[in-house]
Amino acid sequence: MIVPKKIYYRVALALLVLFILTIAVAFVHLGPFNVYIAVTIAVIKATLVVLYFMHVRYHTRLTWIFASAGFLWLIILFVLTLADYATRS
Amino acid sequence: MSKHDSELAHQFEDMAQQKEAATLGMWAFLITEVLFFGGLFTAYIVFRTEFPAAFASASHHLDVVMGGINTGVLLGSSLTMALAVHAAQEGNRKSTLAFMTFTLVLGLTFLIIKGFEYQHKFADNLFPGANFVSHGAEPGHEQLFFVLYFMMTGVHAAHMIVGILLLLIIMGMTAKGKFTATYHSPVENFGLYWHFVDIVWIFLYPLLYLIDVTGRAQ
Amino acid sequence: MTTLNEPLYRDDYLNAGYGVKSWFLTLDHKRIAILYLISITFFFFIGGFFAVMLRLELMTPQGDIVTAETYNKLFTMHGIAMIFFFLIPSIPAVLGNFFVPMMIGARDLAFPRLNLFSWYLYNVGGLFTLYTMVTGGIDTGWTFYAPYSSSYTLSDPVPVVVGVFILGFSSILTGINFLVTIHKMRAPGLTWFRLPLFIWASYATSVIQVLGTPVVAIALVLLGFERLTGVGIFDPKLDGDPILFQHLFWFYSHPAVYIMILPSMGVVSEVVTCFARKRIFGYKFMAFAIMGIAVLGFLVWGHHMFISGQSIYAGLVFSALSFLVAIPSAIKVFNWTATLYKGQIEFRTPILYAFGFIGLFTIGGLTGLFLASLATDVHLTDTYFVVAHFHYIMVGGAVMGYLAGIHYWWPKMTGRMYHEGWAKFSALILFVGFNLTFFPQFILGFMGMPRRYYVYPPEYQVLNVMSTAGASILGLGYLIPMIYLLWSLRKPKTAGANPWNSTGLEWTTPSPPLPHNFDEVPEVTHEPYIYEGGSHPHAVPVSDHEAAHE
Ligand SMILES: [Cu+2]
Repeated sequence: MIVPKKIYYRVALALLVLFILTIAVAFVHLGPFNVYIAVTIAVIKATLVVLYFMHVRYHTRLTWIFASAGFLWLIILFVLTLADYATRS
Repeated sequence: MSKHDSELAHQFEDMAQQKEAATLGMWAFLITEVLFFGGLFTAYIVFRTEFPAAFASASHHLDVVMGGINTGVLLGSSLTMALAVHAAQEGNRKSTLAFMTFTLVLGLTFLIIKGFEYQHKFADNLFPGANFVSHGAEPGHEQLFFVLYFMMTGVHAAHMIVGILLLLIIMGMTAKGKFTATYHSPVENFGLYWHFVDIVWIFLYPLLYLIDVTGRAQ
Repeated sequence: MTTLNEPLYRDDYLNAGYGVKSWFLTLDHKRIAILYLISITFFFFIGGFFAVMLRLELMTPQGDIVTAETYNKLFTMHGIAMIFFFLIPSIPAVLGNFFVPMMIGARDLAFPRLNLFSWYLYNVGGLFTLYTMVTGGIDTGWTFYAPYSSSYTLSDPVPVVVGVFILGFSSILTGINFLVTIHKMRAPGLTWFRLPLFIWASYATSVIQVLGTPVVAIALVLLGFERLTGVGIFDPKLDGDPILFQHLFWFYSHPAVYIMILPSMGVVSEVVTCFARKRIFGYKFMAFAIMGIAVLGFLVWGHHMFISGQSIYAGLVFSALSFLVAIPSAIKVFNWTATLYKGQIEFRTPILYAFGFIGLFTIGGLTGLFLASLATDVHLTDTYFVVAHFHYIMVGGAVMGYLAGIHYWWPKMTGRMYHEGWAKFSALILFVGFNLTFFPQFILGFMGMPRRYYVYPPEYQVLNVMSTAGASILGLGYLIPMIYLLWSLRKPKTAGANPWNSTGLEWTTPSPPLPHNFDEVPEVTHEPYIYEGGSHPHAVPVSDHEAAHE
């Protein structure tokens, strides 16, 4: 299916707002929370790009599974590696 | 969608199957790309949690404004690429080409800005190696930050360069009228690649440039 | 050889074109499989040559034929040639390439050009590695551990690192091709639970190739960077972190064990059910076990790092997860046994190799549990116990499965039957030679003999001599098949379309198959492996099928 142009403009606007938000938050001192917020916003932005620009929202379940598998395996790599570093004595 | 379309490869039954296969193949490729960058991000997380102070002070050498402009440039190029795909789906060759040209210009802009940034880092002796000079408390760990900075942005920039070359090829094919409203998977799949490269930057910008911004000496 | 005297009235894929170009530019998955077969056999004998040198040196406690440095290079290059250039591509790139499309009723893989390209990548990677082997070798061990590889070794690891990096992309591209082909190109009616288990195994293997390989690729990039620039990433002296390299390396390299073993499990499933003339026991459990192994395999890599300085708590987690992998593996062994139970077993060469696989894989798997346990691993790490364990998995398992597959499908691939007597004989001496080579190594390891040394205390000599004697029998067991398989090519193509009365779609085509595999897309109406009841309802081309029912 062809995604209406309107949706692309809206998503781009949302990405722009989130981008400005990222910078704005960075200029507020929040200690360790700065990075958590920045990453959360980045994840939201990436999800928007994947869902709309990359059409996953309009594709079959298979595309959805492929896209999530990449993300899931990334999490495995991070979590099990950090399981080591976070528990060193 | 006749069975004897000239674009239909012999191993496929029909154009729909061929198109689905191409899309799925692209996604499988992008998964490998996610994990390829994933190794670098793992290294980043490990070293940043080990040496937070060094990463903050090293990050202060990066140019928030230039990086920020580049983030905007890439965001814009993602939009124009999405619109190029949209035009291709409608079979509108002229506006496909127009939007691809925008994408191309924005992609080149990104690389030029990145080039200036690299030049400044070289001039300031921030490239890792024998000439590396840091004024922070932990030079070794700050150098580690710059190893990751150059590795991550360098691999990203390499993907941009490949993307631009591919884009030129796709533009040539579009100009020759290879694509129609029914057959344009190369355009769509290139779009997927381009958006993926944008996503990488969406993470790189805050993780590299925006560490402890409030701690920067004004 | 001309086609004039052949009984075939149409050109098969071997006759469809002649000359160098028709092979080196071919897009036919079957020809690319043959190209791969030649390339990996070449590397198998290179790796084998190094093994011979190792075993010769270890006949006596003192150093005889090589120096310590050369010995280090020999075991390193043995590992690199065998793991990266033989075992990982062996079944996927040869048998998978040939039979994945044929078993799902497709005319080719989804991306034939990519397939050819990945063969070229394999060879480019191989050339880089050969270059090093010829110009002085590399002594880091096949694991390239930093900081030794990046800061200390006097050999030059960079060309090999580049070679393995390139090879990784060859492997990734094969994986992508299989994933897409299996998802999108199955014949009508061929639902997921009607797929032969070899297809399930190829699918699971491809998942690992696609998800795991890029991580080791980037680890090698970082390693090469550290080596070339002297800037620290992994070397602790240069503010780097050596454990990080191990994490990134084993994130791929433990699952890589399953890249080697899962396809063999697929082959063994095909062979066991065919020669026992029985349906596979617990088909769905088998399919889920394959997928389960592929996924769980990604959660256990830390068991290679128990004594590396990794956190003890992470070690506990990795140990527990490693035990979980035993469950799907045991399900498979149990189901093969149950399939064989009360079967009308026809003792032909392929099933002899499959028996070998089941027995040796079981020993390899069970000894793996010793190594997955933290306490025993501390004693056994870096001893010959580990060497014996992974050779039981990789040689006893993966190579036996590969040979089972080669013997099972040889008549389909070439149209010729090999000499059954010689084939059985060599299967037998392979089994004997293998056990004589590697079983003593379990004992050596348990007694405390460390791996990777070219000298050892005299009390270990008896078992080492046994091992070397076994290796020479084993070597013979690999040479004999080379001879009788090549010899069979001199004979006419009289093997027939389906010499084993198998049920798979690949056997409904002539032997050797036509260039495009199927004249008409077959329609599948039943589950795989319908071996009971005497009749073997093959899938029939759509038109015949309709004619039969109308
Ligand atoms: Cu392992």
